[in-house]
Amino acid sequence: MLSPKAKVVYFDNPATSFPKPEIVVDAIAQCMKEIGGNPGRSGHRMSMEAGEQIFFTREVLSDFFGVQNPMKVIFCSNATDALNLAIQGLAYQGGHAITSSMEHNSTIRPLYELEKQGKIRLSIIPCSSEGLLSCGHLENAITKQTSMVVINHSSNAFGTEQPIQKIGEICKNRGIAFIVDSAQSAGILPLNMAKDNISILAFSGHKGLYGPMGTGGLIIADDFNHKKIRPLKFGGTGSLSDKIEQPDFLPDCFESGTLNVPGVAGLRAGILFIKEKGLACIRKHKEDLVAYFLKKARAAVPGFLTYIPDSSIKTGIISFNIQGFLCSEIANALSEEYNIMSRQGLHCSPLAHKSMGTFPHGTVRFGFSIFNTKEECDLAIESLQEITQKKGKK
Amino acid sequence: MENPSVILFYSTNYAIWTKNVLQKLHIEHKMASVPRHLSSECGYCVMIQNQDKEKIIQILHQNGIEYDRIESLIGLS
Ligand SMILES: Cc1ncc(COP(=O)(O)O)c(C=O)c1O
Repeated sequence: MLSPKAKVVYFDNPATSFPKPEIVVDAIAQCMKEIGGNPGRSGHRMSMEAGEQIFFTREVLSDFFGVQNPMKVIFCSNATDALNLAIQGLAYQGGHAITSSMEHNSTIRPLYELEKQGKIRLSIIPCSSEGLLSCGHLENAITKQTSMVVINHSSNAFGTEQPIQKIGEICKNRGIAFIVDSAQSAGILPLNMAKDNISILAFSGHKGLYGPMGTGGLIIADDFNHKKIRPLKFGGTGSLSDKIEQPDFLPDCFESGTLNVPGVAGLRAGILFIKEKGLACIRKHKEDLVAYFLKKARAAVPGFLTYIPDSSIKTGIISFNIQGFLCSEIANALSEEYNIMSRQGLHCSPLAHKSMGTFPHGTVRFGFSIFNTKEECDLAIESLQEITQKKGKK
Repeated sequence: MENPSVILFYSTNYAIWTKNVLQKLHIEHKMASVPRHLSSECGYCVMIQNQDKEKIIQILHQNGIEYDRIESLIGLS
């Protein structure tokens, strides 16, 4: 039986990263203790200081993602919220939307819902067995009515990477809005709105950016007119208080309601943490762990199965099964008997699992962060070995 | 400030942006509540020296900072 003191191994970082860096926790606590005002609402010092917390984070994010105007950073409560704003906000004019079969439900569901309501026409392009979208297939799917292409930069289920720069170029040349879901890639893969030809980027603050849950947002390219996006929420912004009309200027038009100021302050600390480590170093750490884990697991765990070439794993995610076991059996045993946290099943991505042949059963997913170690991989491999041996003896 | 003017913004987000830009350039400025007679906004504005006005307009323009207008406060206090 598991001792309550057994070390916790956390491999569910693609869902939300844990632990958070000390500086993130400190920034949140400091903000809550010392900066209690509501930004943009009142003329007093504490309100202004809260406004500065928000502004500094906008600056850090715009710089991090290659946008010049910090007002083009819109805070939302997570990537799902941001994707809904981008997708529904653009779709009010109708038209044709294209997406891939590697998307998360936070993209597929709003698109599917819009199609069901008759507001847009939707094409879902199947990806290769390596999870890649073919640019040729994309070009063939584009019609005169195509108004947006929505692509998940990196699969949360398999850790693959889409060629977003090329996709962006295709969209740019045709004047199509290109929305990128960076929930799994921000803080790991290089991303630059201008170089990658991205019109709108949705990010999650609480995964690879190491901020707290409840943070995320949209970044709108410098050359993309935000008025093409209709707000989803209407309400108080602190600006134009004499009018009952929603403001049409950035960022107020999309930020009705009080922002999560401590969360946003924590998110800034998360990005500063990443910048100090360097993306290349973060990636290398994950690649090393993936290679180490896969080599040892294949040698030690009978029936250990993965689904894509190792070289296609770009963000530290291992999606696997063990022959003769349900993925739920493995994940439950890991959690209950070994204190190892992983996620099993379809990872909110039924189409991605269909593409990779792992639907409907799904896989066990380990997702590494900068805080995971080779010793933790060893522990997980020994645990998987024991789990398989125990079943063999039964 | 001897000859104050205030820059009024549509949103306090731009007031804070301006404050930070002016701070980096060491240009005298002060955040203040929006004078009630000038606007019904609930937030703040940036107070500057009237003689820096032209220079600051240029800086705002260079940085892409949108603002509503600049009003002189001379003779009002
Ligand atoms: C690819 C992808 N997109 C979007 C999301 C949604 O992110 P959030 O939890 O911040 O809404 C996730 C979360 O797992 C994801 O993996």
